[in-house]
Amino acid sequence: MEYDFIVAGGGLVGSSIAYGLARQKHKVAVLDGGDRSFRASRGNFGLVWVQGKGWDYAPYAQWTGQAADLWPQFVAELVNETGVEIDYQRSGGMHFCLNEAEWSEREREMEMVRQHTGGAFEYEMLDHDRLQQQIPQISNAVLGASYSPQDGHVNPLCLLQALQQGMDAHQVHYYPNQSIDRIEAKQGGFYTHSTEGTLSAEKIVLCAGLDNRRLGEMLGMDIPVVVDRGQIMITERLQPFLNLPTLHVRQTAEGTVQIGYSHEDVGLDDGTSPSVLKNIARRAVLMFPFLARVQLVRAWGALRIMTPDHNPIYQQSADCPGAFTVTCHSGVTLAAMHAGPVAEWIGGSSHLDLINQFSTDRFNVSPG
Amino acid sequence: MFRRVDETSVDTLKLRIEDREYAVPVGISVAAAVLLCGFNKVRNTPVTDSPRLPYCMMGICFDCLMTIDGIPNQQACQLEVRENMKIEVQQGAAELLQQR
Repeated sequence: MEYDFIVAGGGLVGSSIAYGLARQKHKVAVLDGGDRSFRASRGNFGLVWVQGKGWDYAPYAQWTGQAADLWPQFVAELVNETGVEIDYQRSGGMHFCLNEAEWSEREREMEMVRQHTGGAFEYEMLDHDRLQQQIPQISNAVLGASYSPQDGHVNPLCLLQALQQGMDAHQVHYYPNQSIDRIEAKQGGFYTHSTEGTLSAEKIVLCAGLDNRRLGEMLGMDIPVVVDRGQIMITERLQPFLNLPTLHVRQTAEGTVQIGYSHEDVGLDDGTSPSVLKNIARRAVLMFPFLARVQLVRAWGALRIMTPDHNPIYQQSADCPGAFTVTCHSGVTLAAMHAGPVAEWIGGSSHLDLINQFSTDRFNVSPG
Repeated sequence: MFRRVDETSVDTLKLRIEDREYAVPVGISVAAAVLLCGFNKVRNTPVTDSPRLPYCMMGICFDCLMTIDGIPNQQACQLEVRENMKIEVQQGAAELLQQR
């Protein structure tokens, strides 16, 4: 076998896994797609986000909290190894509530996450006055906000660049512009047939996002992937007014403002639509009225990789042991988890109890 | 540094750049006017404070951002000069303009 591991997919998930495996001295190849592939890693919002996640699934709440706690150390090592600054800040994060209904639903979810994590998740509900003390620009239309000091944000493009340089520093062989036609499990290993030709490895990890469903079928895995489009608008650079990220509005280190938050099922179309952008803009202007006079410079759509219950999938194939998949929509938040404990689990050097809660078995429970 | 290729007389209009009055040809862009009047920068960048001049002159590079009639981050190469226009060098990131 040429490699210990082939990682199919070179976005944030695949790069984190490959970087983590290579740091354990495994010999790793990454088969990445091209610029025209659907790349959530190049279109996402850049949140390292805890609050609210896993309110309806305790293992995910715990998993996300652990990931966010690993981030400071993960960033220190990544920046130290690569010299790439990624603008990570654990600044805390907020979600604005516009009315009583949003407020009470939010409070209920936050409290459930706190209970799921045995109190490890910390949050506060801020009324309008307390919110305005922290963010003077907020409009009176905002009733309040949920706040967690455990949230943060990062420049996701710089994170991807840092991971790629980290892979390079650890001798990962990176193959861009690959389209994988076929994967064979034979002779105690795996053979990929792609644009590059045939590569072989003892083990394989599917981190190909939306393509995981197709690739999984080749290895006896049923990976239910659901497409969920989000659209984002980018403003001109502004003087700082928002020193922590929110689910809808985030100001980057350079001063641009990202405005987003939409969910659409439109299949494999990563374009934008005026009606959705209008709603996103309207909500943002309701929160920060001065945004009405701000110029937009870009807008884009990107496709989230969702699962039926929105929780990640970590699975080793029962039919083809040595074939793994990592399928999730939180490639940023979970990057620290993927480069650390998950890569060690896949590499075989550690045992992770919680990870069994994320197998595809949960989708196949027969009623009664 | 810059001069017009066509030096025949043309109609001009008056505008202000950095609080000084200039007469410039009708129909040219703000970026061309600023270059014609001999300015050595249109803005300082938000992150490193480095001085910039127009670069692509066709709306792509966003290097020619200026404050025009009080509105920051205007692409000077994409706007035609107008009588009494007030053009200012943009310093760093845009101020937040409250709605009027």
